[in-house]
Amino acid sequence: MSMSEDEVFQKVVGIIKPFAKAPEALASAGMDTSILKDLKVNSARLVDVVLEIEDAFGIEVKDEDADKVKTIGDAVRLILTNAG
Amino acid sequence: MTGLGVLAPNGHGLEAFERALRAGESGIRFQPELAALNFGCQVGGIPQGVEEIQRGYLSEDELYAMNPNMIYAAIAAIDAWNDAGLARVSPEDEPDWGTGAVLGTGIGGIDTIAEKLAPKTEAGKVGRLGSAMVEQIMSSGNSARVAGLLGLGNQVTTNSSACNTGTEAIVQAFARIRAGQAERMLAGGSEGHSKYIWAGFDAMKVLNRTKNDAPAEASRPLSASAAGFIPGSGAGVLMLESLESALGRGARIWAEVLGGAVNCGGHRQGGSMTAPNPVGVQRCIRGAIATAGIDASDIDLINGHLTATFADPHEVENWRAALGVEPERLPLIQSTKSLIGHALGAAGGIECVASVLELAKGFVHGSLNSEDLHPALTAYAGRIVHETRDDPGLSVVAKASFGFGDVNGCVIFRKYRG
Repeated sequence: MSMSEDEVFQKVVGIIKPFAKAPEALASAGMDTSILKDLKVNSARLVDVVLEIEDAFGIEVKDEDADKVKTIGDAVRLILTNAG
Repeated sequence: MTGLGVLAPNGHGLEAFERALRAGESGIRFQPELAALNFGCQVGGIPQGVEEIQRGYLSEDELYAMNPNMIYAAIAAIDAWNDAGLARVSPEDEPDWGTGAVLGTGIGGIDTIAEKLAPKTEAGKVGRLGSAMVEQIMSSGNSARVAGLLGLGNQVTTNSSACNTGTEAIVQAFARIRAGQAERMLAGGSEGHSKYIWAGFDAMKVLNRTKNDAPAEASRPLSASAAGFIPGSGAGVLMLESLESALGRGARIWAEVLGGAVNCGGHRQGGSMTAPNPVGVQRCIRGAIATAGIDASDIDLINGHLTATFADPHEVENWRAALGVEPERLPLIQSTKSLIGHALGAAGGIECVASVLELAKGFVHGSLNSEDLHPALTAYAGRIVHETRDDPGLSVVAKASFGFGDVNGCVIFRKYRG
């Protein structure tokens, strides 16, 4: 897989979109945007976001790595590392 | 009662539902999936157009963790809230501490269990279940979701008493308001549609399998050719409110709940898990009348449980005995299930909405498919309503539901005259 950081970012935003209760924040989201605080995703749904990332990118995310994901950038870097 | 919400197989919303009741529109349709799976009964009642309707009520995030049971409850509860003229509690505000909900279900999220939870668990893929299992399979899933959507701060719970569920919810909510513990309570029930919900009833051979080619004729309460009930689904929710609160905010009052009762026949005196103890049924009806403070002769209309099983003639006889009248003096009697099938845990809620609409609008809807009256009911022929009629004088309706477990519920509504 050779996706650019921007392509991964856009795909992650698409995965988060159905769970985000702050669509306006999503529209202007960047790498530092907090998934929980800024996008107001219910914390329980992080599990589902990670499952969808695994499916979309064909990777396996370890629980301890998943726990460290706070921002969109965290997710993007995790994906790029795993897909590396 | 200051708000009504209904999502029925023959109509969503009060206008459509009233039109369907008046016109005798059946909500029973052929269900190809049931045929493909060799069900004996291949027809059922499912609310139409929900995929479209739900987008106007629920966000993608909310729908992610909702099965049909929860979706139906949410739509009917939001409708009842809006119909009551209440402003929505914004996510930033305090909850409405004075308002709660008793929203029941008979079977609950068994479709989610069968389609998602069990296969993934058995396959060793618990880690792939996601976060949305528990909230969909917990018995209180429907009321829990409604609490969050509307910001309810009083008691929020889900009751379950099989086919008596919806009516029991109203009796419970009524008691809580009367005790001064809540100002307003949403009350009623919901039930999803699923092969998994309906399969067990089909296996018991209590569903009609003789009318798969004529769905609108399949639900035949009170009929000589009744051969079992037709499964239905949907939700009916009523906003119960103390008279003081309703008058204080100038709310429109659909009707009053005068009284209600619930009990159990204890599986004695002819009662069992699946058959009602007639003594229990009659005590329940008389108990409701007593709490309402009316005479049996004040009742103008009975909205019966009347499912189209062998029990219909027994139910009518129980009404007669409980009211202490001769057959020809029984109040008018009807079956809403003839139009929508048996919506199980939602039945009481939907049928109470029908009863209140009839009171408020002054009409009595006809029961479909009862022209060939059951021979045991010949003496009641003049009291069974076949065709919808206007009845502006309609004042008191008794609505009852009876469920597996030998449980009974009866509630008495009166037209509000100020």
